[in-house]
Amino acid sequence: MVTHEGGGHHHPPSGFIRKYIFSLDHKVIGLQYYFLALFSVFLGMALSMLMRIHLVWPNAKMPFTPGGQMTPEQYLALVTMHGSIMVFMVLTTAPQSGFGNYMLPIQIGAEDMAFPVLNMLSFWTTFVSLVVLVSAFFVTGGAPISGWTAYPTLSALGEIAGPGQGAGQNLWIIGVAIFCIGSLLGALNFITTTVDLRAKGMTLGRMPLTVWAWLVTAILGLLAFGVLLAACLLLLLDRVAGTSFFIPGGLVVTDTPIVSHTGGSPLLWQHLFWFFGHPEVYIAILPGMGVASHVLSTFSRKPVFGYKAMVGALGAIGFLGFCVWGHHMFISGMSPYSAFAFSLLTMTIGVPSAIKTFNWLGTLWGGRIQFTTAMMFGLGFVSLFVTGGLSGLFLAQPSIDLYLHDTYFVVAHFHLIMGVAAIFGIFAATYFWFPKMFGRMLNETIGKAHFWLTFVGVYSIFMPMHFLGLAGHPRRYADTTGVNFLAPLHPVHYFITIAAMITITAQLIFLFNFFYSMKVGQKAAENPWNATTLEWSIPSPPPFDNFAGHIPVVYRGPYEFSVPGATDDYIPQYLAPERVGKAH
Amino acid sequence: MKRKRGEQGSAAVAFSLATFLVIFTIVTVYLFLAKPAWGWFPPSITEFGKQIDAQFHRTLVITGIVFVVAQLGLALVIFRSRDHGQKASFFEGNSTMEFIWTLATVIMFVGLGLYGEHAWAEAHFQGAAPGALQLEVTGQQFAWNFRYAGPDGKFGGTKPELVSASTGNPLGLDPRDPASKDDVVSPVAYVPMGHEVELLIRTQDVTHSFYVRELRLKQDAVPGMTIHMHFNATVPGEYELACAELCGLGHYRMRSFVNVVSQDEFDKWIRDQETALQQQ
Repeated sequence: MVTHEGGGHHHPPSGFIRKYIFSLDHKVIGLQYYFLALFSVFLGMALSMLMRIHLVWPNAKMPFTPGGQMTPEQYLALVTMHGSIMVFMVLTTAPQSGFGNYMLPIQIGAEDMAFPVLNMLSFWTTFVSLVVLVSAFFVTGGAPISGWTAYPTLSALGEIAGPGQGAGQNLWIIGVAIFCIGSLLGALNFITTTVDLRAKGMTLGRMPLTVWAWLVTAILGLLAFGVLLAACLLLLLDRVAGTSFFIPGGLVVTDTPIVSHTGGSPLLWQHLFWFFGHPEVYIAILPGMGVASHVLSTFSRKPVFGYKAMVGALGAIGFLGFCVWGHHMFISGMSPYSAFAFSLLTMTIGVPSAIKTFNWLGTLWGGRIQFTTAMMFGLGFVSLFVTGGLSGLFLAQPSIDLYLHDTYFVVAHFHLIMGVAAIFGIFAATYFWFPKMFGRMLNETIGKAHFWLTFVGVYSIFMPMHFLGLAGHPRRYADTTGVNFLAPLHPVHYFITIAAMITITAQLIFLFNFFYSMKVGQKAAENPWNATTLEWSIPSPPPFDNFAGHIPVVYRGPYEFSVPGATDDYIPQYLAPERVGKAH
Repeated sequence: MKRKRGEQGSAAVAFSLATFLVIFTIVTVYLFLAKPAWGWFPPSITEFGKQIDAQFHRTLVITGIVFVVAQLGLALVIFRSRDHGQKASFFEGNSTMEFIWTLATVIMFVGLGLYGEHAWAEAHFQGAAPGALQLEVTGQQFAWNFRYAGPDGKFGGTKPELVSASTGNPLGLDPRDPASKDDVVSPVAYVPMGHEVELLIRTQDVTHSFYVRELRLKQDAVPGMTIHMHFNATVPGEYELACAELCGLGHYRMRSFVNVVSQDEFDKWIRDQETALQQQ
């Protein structure tokens, strides 16, 4: 065994390509993921803006439709691509692969991920999948119109089922399959790193809740993406190789009998898809929960209330997340008896979710809250999590689902809980860790303006959607004029569209703050928030191998704030007991 | 120095954030209590639908209480624990409280779920009442067709290769099957009021979903399957059926109507249809 001077300090690669493009450094890869998500989220938002405009002004001329107005199939292509890009390229990448990659090794005291080459490969695989997915817009027929859920037989029959169902749907399937591979590689890396590379003293019980959240998320990813990958391959085979996994016999599409398929089951896809799809919801939101716990504790200057219960709740949510996929299928034609079990298990997920909420309130209670922008997004996360979570209790019941399934009530529910709440987690993480990642502080005044416009904005967009759903408005309608009972709902759509325009425009403030502060923001100290975890023990931004060869020793839990008898109101994990200042 | 900077503005931010949460909670609760005509269930036309509504209201009360407690609790703690120069208290948890709220949510949420299974069981575990009118519903891009078995009480055979919406045989009825000769096919449904109806829900091409708001029923029509549902409508009227599962570019306009009429009117309607068939 070779020992280097200074405990094995490695030198960074010198070439631009190895340093910034095909980098093996987890920090660079984390940022690559972050910027991929940043690009994707603005693309996804732009698509949603076009949809909102079309719903309210169906005759509006759109720049990308040479003929003038948007057609129903173009609207559905936007539905599909908005959902796919947001779920895969934003909600899966930024909270987990982005921040997880950057912060997890540092927070556990490791120099890098366990498999740096694998890490690089997983990013570039994800990048390729984004390119393939987006390329679906540019092929004959355009992007697919079967939604991000791609239910067969609509997704399996090819062009005959509709525009976009030819080459576009193939590219979608291939893009998602490639994404699965990248995510599997990432998940393996996260789990191995957390298990193997923790610094001395970093016991499981001393891991920050962010690390716990990334670990549980990685386990979910490992189990879920494999299933989606298999499902995608089967669907592709049905389309290009004449198999019939998902296509039954005897179908007739626009008076043309489908003679080449027989014996398949469309429900099989739904089971496979949702076996992935439901855990995917938690893949999006669990890292946000970790960040919220972390930020709430730091800025209320108090330990997390019920650390062990928080870890337990993460695990319980992760485990139960695999037992409830059937609640997406209550009206799908699966056995109504299984709905019974899926429903009760889903209601049970409310319990660990409630524990988390109560414990966040318990963390804040009696604290000394500092309203940094990161904290405000953390607090917003809690509010959104409650609002979005509670509507789940309606949809978890098959009887109520008979009315509300596939209405805007569902759109409101999942946007608040897995979309907006998760995005608030990402924002909290961004405002919190930006100083560490870029060595400069984000502007807090601009940050506060961004918070207020976003917080009020998202509630204005998504709360009214509940009422659209209660009126029975089905989702994924390209137009509200085809069905009589939708006519009175037009003013609601109008309100939502205006709110969406304002909220989306407000995100430009964030973008400005991000790049402006990166260049000219106030220089960040090593530990600007007086926080306790290991990333705050090193310079901002961190050196190439994080700890410059001096791996820290961990002496205590992650949230020792306002400990009685100590001079400072925080005791970092890396501070040896004899160096803790005692108040006299 | 640092502490002073934290105090400044802390009260203002805490106050505005707490106030926003309070206003947001009040507006939300008001809207759900006001049941705005533009954004609420239309009246149910079945006894079964009233059970669904009752379960919805039970859920609304429970979630409403949790919503108010959590949002106002958040507002309270934001305002109360704002930085005004105090020292944060130090506690890392409280097992008794954890236990109490875990138990409380288990009872509330699981209890609610159990309560609601009743209506689901009625919709799906029980078959249609004996003597129910058999009504086959077939979805196809982007239309609905309804089929009545006719006087012989039997649905005739169909063949995929005979399907031709353009020549008036959208279901592909096989003319060589005697049972199919008296089958009435209609793009809108008529059902007798106060009479049990059994739906046989199918599709020819992709997944669609049968959804009539006033019946409180939704059921996907799945390729390769025939799925049974049943209802007994007690209020006459014309009710819109809207497709609720993404089925392609015409999804938004794939609708039809279910007309609930008196038994006499229904008998007359179906007789007229049968007469028309015989004259063909």
